[in-house]
Amino acid sequence: MLKSRLFWPVIILLIILAINLFFDPGFFKIEVKNGHLTGSLVDIVNRGAPLMLISIGMTLVIATKGIDLGVGSVIAMSGSIAAMTVVQGMASDTSLTPLFMAIAAALGLSLAAGLWNGLLVSRIGIQPIVATLILMVAGRGIAQLITDGQITTIYYEPYSFIGGGYLFAIPFSVYLVAAVLGIALYMTKKTALGLFIQSVGANPEASRLAGINSKNIILLVYLFSGFCAGVGGLILSSNVSSADGNNAGLWFELDAILAVVIGGTSLMGGRFFLMGSVIGALIIQSLTTTIYSIGIPPETNLIVKAVVVIIVCLLQSPEFRQKVLRPRMKKPHKKEPENSLNEQGVKIS
Amino acid sequence: MSWQLNKKYYPLLITFGLFILMFLYGSINYTGFSSPQVVLNLFIDNAFLIIVAVGMTFVILSGGIDLSVGSVIALTSMVTASLLQANISPIIVIPIALLIGPILGVIMGSLIHFYNLQPFIVTLAGMFLARGLSYVISVETIAISHPFFQFMANTKIHLGNFYISISVLIAIVVVVAAIFLAHYTKFGRNVYAIGGNEQSALLMGLPVGKTKILIYTLSGFCSSLAGLVFTFYMLSGYGLHANGLELDAIAAVVIGGTLLTGGIGYVAGSVIGVLILGVIQTLIVFEGTLSSWWTKIAIGVLLLLFIVFQRLSSVRGRSKTGLISEH
Repeated sequence: MLKSRLFWPVIILLIILAINLFFDPGFFKIEVKNGHLTGSLVDIVNRGAPLMLISIGMTLVIATKGIDLGVGSVIAMSGSIAAMTVVQGMASDTSLTPLFMAIAAALGLSLAAGLWNGLLVSRIGIQPIVATLILMVAGRGIAQLITDGQITTIYYEPYSFIGGGYLFAIPFSVYLVAAVLGIALYMTKKTALGLFIQSVGANPEASRLAGINSKNIILLVYLFSGFCAGVGGLILSSNVSSADGNNAGLWFELDAILAVVIGGTSLMGGRFFLMGSVIGALIIQSLTTTIYSIGIPPETNLIVKAVVVIIVCLLQSPEFRQKVLRPRMKKPHKKEPENSLNEQGVKIS
Repeated sequence: MSWQLNKKYYPLLITFGLFILMFLYGSINYTGFSSPQVVLNLFIDNAFLIIVAVGMTFVILSGGIDLSVGSVIALTSMVTASLLQANISPIIVIPIALLIGPILGVIMGSLIHFYNLQPFIVTLAGMFLARGLSYVISVETIAISHPFFQFMANTKIHLGNFYISISVLIAIVVVVAAIFLAHYTKFGRNVYAIGGNEQSALLMGLPVGKTKILIYTLSGFCSSLAGLVFTFYMLSGYGLHANGLELDAIAAVVIGGTLLTGGIGYVAGSVIGVLILGVIQTLIVFEGTLSSWWTKIAIGVLLLLFIVFQRLSSVRGRSKTGLISEH
């Protein structure tokens, strides 16, 4: 149990949630109101949905030793184009057609963004951090171009269902997360794809020589990351029934990377933990909720985040464990066989 | 060897040529664009960005990245403004403000070196921390009315019919010092060596750890100094100052011809990179009908061109190893 990479993230999440119990004894209570589940826990999951989605995409990108800085801009672009499609479509139509057109436009644009990143990284061979930086800068400009720099408000009931609706008493966004997570887990655990991604992350050249089409694997993970960001952008803009090219999804890329790192995936690529990233995203969301609910000034949110990042990274750093934690841990275990393997990235079991 | 020397400067020449082309384009199309004051204004409006980009150049040359620069500017402006508000003399305030960046830099550099953490994540935490601390000081804007700061902000140094600000002088001093540091000192050579290949630098017996920590300290100092210059420019402290500036600084360094993988690049290139960003903004202002978001798109397109160019030339040349010895 202690060996599991999920152990520490889960413990941290539970501690954060437990802190709330001191201040609000009804924190864990879940009620049914008007046929909707309500409660702080439901709220955390609901509000954390976009971040969870984007972290899932980001996990696979990071597993290939890449990084996707463009997701925040893709969120803004996806939300903007969906909102503009709805606004234009509504004039003539009150049926569900504008909704599907908006979804198609948003996902199409996000996939195009993912394809762009993927091609730059896999075909032209640009360093991921640089390749995706281009979209991070330009994408927000494109999003503002789409909305003409305005915050567009949408008055269209079906659109707000994506981010604010309930299906069988559970927020609809939760189903979206579950679906994407399910697909990602199935593809990486039940097919060889997961192994391919790990292997590309550990050593792209060796993987190519072993007969894996590294380039297409890399292209695929950026496409998937773009798709996740697109769905996240739909949820975010639908939740507030508006599109803001300037501020939607601002700094989401950093939060998502943070969630992935907290979840135990190394930025060096290789082994990845989708569930870990989802828990990481939940940790970030519950941290925010906790800070608001127990009355700490929200300004300190960033400081707490900074401290958590450093602690989590230090706990995962082999050097730190050796220098600081090892002296005390030496007596009970004589040796720790697994540690050096984890660092390598790939452990084929 | 002379042709090879020329090749070394190709990215720098292309960047400079692009700057000239953009300026010529502006001069031909808009009246009043070709005035020397427009060029001087590029320096006046971007003095802080030049200072940040200089510090960032060293970080990127060593193969790292510093995401904390924008927040450090905000924190410096906030600390300065709040201390001045408490009636403390600038003689005490300015040294304190200048210490913020280096202290944060030492901490980040040590974490990166001693525990082998990724610069990206560590400086990301530094960015959160500095931004958070400035919010803790105050979430409101604090205006500065101290006579010394007014003097620094409003003094015009006349060059014939035209003028520059004191901040421009500070920026020029920083650039000259940085060029000296990069090309004529042991520290500079170590930076290039680490960026070229950290493992080799270590095997050659270079002080890799010390240099790395110093690089982040230097970048922190540049950010703090830029924060001070920014405070002169804005005459206020605010937690949202310089939001996203790290991206502009990184873009300027890349457009200036520095390789993001480290080892190759010039401080002078980054200065021209900043000027190119400035010209884009000036062009959009002169055009009048274009909206501000075209700046972002234009920067994105330029980034793409330069990165693809770098990639193609590095595939053809692979001259990375030769460069270190030449310095």
